This record gives sequence, C-alpha cells and structure tokens, in this order.
Amino acid sequence: MNIAEERAQAWREELRGSMKAKERSSIERVHMPELDATYRSHVRNEEVNLGLTPEQAVQEAKRCLDCANPTCMEGCPVGIYIPKFIKNIERGEFLQAAITLKETSALPAVCGRVCPQERQCESKCIHLKMNKESVAIGHLERFAADYERISGKISVPVCAPHNGIKIAVVGSGPAGLAFAGDMAKLGYEVVVFEALHEIGGVLKYGIPEFRLPNEIVDVEIHNLQAMGVHFITNCIVGKTISIQDLEDDGFKGVFVASGAGLPRFMDIKGENLVGIMSSNEYLTRVNLMDAANPDSDTPVYKGKKVAVIGGGNTAMDSIRTARRLGAEKAMIVYRRSEQEMPARLEEVKHAKEEGIEFLTLHNPIEYLGNEQGRVTHMMLQVMELGEPDASGRRSPVELPGVTKLVEVDEVVVSVGVSPNPLIPQSVKGLEVTKWGTVVVNQETMQSAVPIIFAGGDIVRGGATVILAMGDGRKAAKAMDEWIRK
Amino acid sequence: MNKIISKEYFSANVVKFEVEAPLIAKARKAGHFVIVRVGDKGERIPLTIADADLQKGTITLVIQKMGVSSSKVCALEVGEYITDMVGPLGKATHIENFGTVICACGGVGTAPMMPIVQALKNAGNKVITVLAARNKDLIILEEQMRNYSDEVIIMTDDGSSGNKGLVTTGVETVIQREKVDLCVTIGPAIMMKFVSKLTKQYEVPTLASLNTIMVDGTGMCGACRVSVGGKTKFVCVDGPEFDAHQVDFDEMLMRLGGYKEMEQEEMNKIINN
Repeated sequence: MNIAEERAQAWREELRGSMKAKERSSIERVHMPELDATYRSHVRNEEVNLGLTPEQAVQEAKRCLDCANPTCMEGCPVGIYIPKFIKNIERGEFLQAAITLKETSALPAVCGRVCPQERQCESKCIHLKMNKESVAIGHLERFAADYERISGKISVPVCAPHNGIKIAVVGSGPAGLAFAGDMAKLGYEVVVFEALHEIGGVLKYGIPEFRLPNEIVDVEIHNLQAMGVHFITNCIVGKTISIQDLEDDGFKGVFVASGAGLPRFMDIKGENLVGIMSSNEYLTRVNLMDAANPDSDTPVYKGKKVAVIGGGNTAMDSIRTARRLGAEKAMIVYRRSEQEMPARLEEVKHAKEEGIEFLTLHNPIEYLGNEQGRVTHMMLQVMELGEPDASGRRSPVELPGVTKLVEVDEVVVSVGVSPNPLIPQSVKGLEVTKWGTVVVNQETMQSAVPIIFAGGDIVRGGATVILAMGDGRKAAKAMDEWIRK
Repeated sequence: MNKIISKEYFSANVVKFEVEAPLIAKARKAGHFVIVRVGDKGERIPLTIADADLQKGTITLVIQKMGVSSSKVCALEVGEYITDMVGPLGKATHIENFGTVICACGGVGTAPMMPIVQALKNAGNKVITVLAARNKDLIILEEQMRNYSDEVIIMTDDGSSGNKGLVTTGVETVIQREKVDLCVTIGPAIMMKFVSKLTKQYEVPTLASLNTIMVDGTGMCGACRVSVGGKTKFVCVDGPEFDAHQVDFDEMLMRLGGYKEMEQEEMNKIINN
C-alpha cells in the first residue's frame, strides 16, 4: 500500500472526520514531563525526559491533521510513515503505531529520544505555517516505542526468506544497526563486527544514560538478533581480520560504518596536562566503562570546577555528566554566541536548568597546571561576532587583549572528531578525502571498491544518529540492488 | 572470551600466559599490542604481545602486577577466560637490516622486546640485548634472549647477576665499543627517558615503545596522547613506537601519574577487604 492508499483506509477517513482541523490545531502542544532539575542534576543515571502518558499521547496525536501531502516525512532521513503511526496512536492502537515505526526505522526508541526533530520532521509540520507549534512527533515516536517495549509484546519485523548471501557490517553504531535491520528484512545473512566489547557504538559509549538508557539500546539490539542478525564483538576489521578475509569467507558485501574515531584537540599550550581530556574519553569512561560506579575498575576524575569546550550535543552531554558527578561549577566554553550553538535546543535548555554556566564568546588559549601537572586554570580569550563565514554562522573574532583567567580542575575538550583511520589505512583502493572520510556515491553509498559501501560518520565526519541511520538504509537498498545485478 | 592455556610465574609479580586467540595470533606482528578486560566491571588495559603460536592459535602475554587491573589478570588460572581481548593494535615495528642494533629493556619490558629481537635477528642484524632488572630474581627470558641475540648483557642494580649498574651503563659500554646503528628500548618510562638521553648524546637513532594509559585502544579517546617532536600523537594508532629523541618523556611521566591517587585508593580497598 502506498501512502495515499494508506490514508484512504476507512479508519483513517473516519478518524479525520471525527474532529475539525481547526479544533485539532487549537489544541496546545504537549509538554514532555521531566525530572525535577535540581534532583536530576545530582543523580547519575535517571532519564530526564519521563515520556508521555497514554492520555497525553492521544491528545497530542489529535493535533496531527493527517495531511494529504505529509511534508513531515520529507524531513525524516529514514522516511518514517509519520501520519500513519500518529493516527494509530490517536485511535489507541499503540502497538500498531510501534509496528509502523519499525517498518522503516531499526531504532525507534532511540530516535524518539535523540533525534533533532525540531530540525527534521517537526520543522516541516503544517502547524508551523499556521504559526502554531509543530506536532510533537518525536515525543509520540518515543511513546509508541516505549509502550511496545513495556507491554512485552515486542513485534519482530517480518523478514524475507533467507537468500543465503552473507553480508558484513563494520561497526555496530546507528548506521550499522539500521543497515543490518534492512538487510535482514531482505533475507540476507548479516554479521556485524564491533571493535569494542559492547554492541551499540556511540549509543553506548557516547550518549549518557540520562538521555538514552543502555537498556533501551539493548532492547533494539535484541530485536535485530531476533531478526537473525549476528554480532561479533572485540573484532576490528582492518586489524583482527581484513576485508580480504571477509571476501575469502564468502561475504558478498561489506558496509563500513566505523564511525568518527579520533577526537580533535585545539593544539594549545598545556592541553596535555593531567585532567584535560577529550569528550570521547570522558564519556567512554562514564558510559561504556561505568567509571562513576564505585564497583567499576575504570577511574574517572570527578572535578569540582569543570569546563567543557564546545557547543554541540556531545559538549552538553559531557558537562551535564560532570554536574551529575559532583561538579559545583560546570561551564560550557563556546567561542560563538548561543545562537550559533549546534546543540539541540532541548539539550541547552536542560543544561541551563541543571545549573550549567554558559561562557559563550570565549575561547581557551592556554591551560596552566600545578607542579604535579594537573590543570588548575584556563586562559580564555574573549570574542565578538564578526561577519558570517562559509557555514553561514557569524564567525567569532578575538577582542584584542581581552582575556580571562578561570579556575578549573577538569577540562573536557569537545570540539569535534575525525573519522576512524583504521579502515582507510588498511583497505587498498579506497578513496579518502583529505579529512579522512571515505568517498562514496551519494546516491548508493558505494565506495571506489565495489564490494565496500560506507555510511555514517566515516563518510560524514561527524553528524547525528539519524543521518547515520539514513545512510544505513540507503546503503542497504543500493547494496541489495547491486547484488541482484 | 579467550581461554588461558598455560600460566607460568617468571617471578612473584610477573606472570606469563598463553591465551587462545587464533585470529590475533595470525594477524599480529612484532610491536603489536592487545587490549584486555577481566570481569564485567573490568578496566580495558593494553598489553604488548610477547609471542604467538600459529599452530596452537595462541598468543603470549607477560604481565606485571602493578594495580587493580593487572592484578586481576595475574590472578586468572589455566582454563579460565579473559573476558574481552581485542587486537592486534598499534603499528608493527619497522624491521629491516639496520646493521648493529641494541635492544635495551628493563623489567617487564623484556617480554614485548622478545618478538622484536627475533624479527631483527631474522632480518640479519647483529643484535646486542641489554637486559636490566633490580636483581637476579627479576631477570626474565634470559635464555630465550640468548637464542636470538649475538650478545646479551645483564645489568642488575645490586650486581646479583651480570654487571652491577643501570641499563644505561650497559648501553653506553656497547656504544663506546663499536658502531651502533639503532637502539630500541622498552621498559618503564623513566628508564626509556634515560636510555634516550644517553643515545641522543651519542647520536644513535632510538625507538621507544611507549606504554601509556589507554581506554579503547583504537584511536577513539586520546587518553594515550604524548608529545612527539612538539606534536600531539596517539600512542594507540600512531605508535606505540616513536623516535625516542622526539618524545617528551617528562610529560608522559606526568600523564602516567594522573590516576595514581585513585589507583591507590582502589588497591587499599582490595587490601582492606
């Protein structure tokens, strides 16, 4: 059934007729219930967003006008059938809504939590044209996925009969998982190779529990396992085994989704002092290694005066983690103004509520330490906004001679990552940009080596979970077509 | 999960394991390391591969009890499993016929030097191994080293075996005696610092294999970063071997000490329990 046919179904017609559009659009957008800010800023693992109640969800679903031309879907990198799942919520068929999500998304409970919906589906909602707030698509997505999980009646998507063709996936982050799900549905035998000891990539090592509990990720992984996807941990393609080994072993296609490996530093004086680390290191210690748990063997600094350098989601995750680990003073240092911050609005809002200070238009130029080599101060250059740069954002310019010395005992540098060099280093013939990203055909995600497709941060150099998933879906479709030929 | 096939005590605190890891055994080269983790709450720690047996599908690891995590590894018995092991990681040692090479190693650094000595010898080099330890009981792998070295010089702090003195004394004797084309050094950071200082004086090119703190070991976290020639490098993907004369050993020592207090607290907890 195509989208128009779906929409023409009797129940959808009836539902649309049950309430006037004007009535629907006059309902106010739901507010996501949250944990109290003071309480949550001192507990490590409790999720901030609590999720909608069924009543709230149904009410919010009523706001959706079930447009004939659902522009929201254009804003979704994986093309979720948005009106269909929302209308299922409105009529109380919550499990059906979850099944709809899974038709196109391998990780709905994850996306409902971490997608920047305000820049994707929700930014295309018809309500915005009427000067109203968009339908809370993300909240509804999370509701349907959570409802299914809690009900215990978790549906496993229907897979085509096995075709006996083996496909390898390098990396078990969002791109790899989305790809694996789609290929399993098409009947392929999918094996995912993961370098770390846990499956999930950035969903496990990067995004903190208070935003995305590991339990949620595990449920989605179990679902993929139920579809027949195999996972092998502690195996680095390019080191433990080679692409050639995979070919010799009968694999007919390889999807490389090895992610953004190397953290960037700023190359300023004192940056290697003890107590200064990348956000990857900090978050990996806390999330993957559970270092803040007294039972864990992995140590982590619990700074009292912590600065995080950067203005992205990872920076927000890091500083909010530091606050939860006991930072009395927790600061975001960002060289542009708040308006240019790449972090999601919700993350910035949550951070502020939790007492995070924002030192915008400040940029570190040097770190100072004590005789043990521990960082004690950071020297900040004060900035002002100049002309817009290539990214369209107004570029920060130094205010000559205006600096500020700030006391710190821990600094987390979160100024971006470079792609993981392991695969590009070990595969001959792979085309790589000067930034280290793998060059692919944008339509098919196929690389210069025909058997290898790639997606996610190894191609994009640092993007979002959902864009990585979109790459995975695109690559699955294209690889399937390529193999059939 | 990797099964332990054999266990041997080199000394009270130094253990040699053979561990089942057929894929790593096949892929590894001299200079490579693995990351291991023991138990659900275990820490990921790097260990250099000392040897491999392709037929048995095993690799050899030599571990010294230092803190919580290394003690947990050392406590494992034959038939038990290392929870997680991944590798081979890092860049392999560059091997060619350099001419005369000094391999200067100390303490537990002797084990990772073993495959390098073998590879250098097989490439046609004259290999002079300087093996240093505090005393006779802490000298390990002496026989194996003799099998692959043209000469082995033993140095002990107290003179209980070989010559009395530090590793640098042994290295200097050789350099003053004959032309040396390369020095490779593996051991505690402080030892490598002084070997490097000495060979710089004599302008002998020197490689040091660094053993920094790591978390993932695949270039993701940057915990292992060191300054080499004024530039920040990651030991896990750019190393572990670097031009010793360019390495900022003082910074490396400082960073190695970064978690000492926390480590001590953890050890105390274990001792008190």
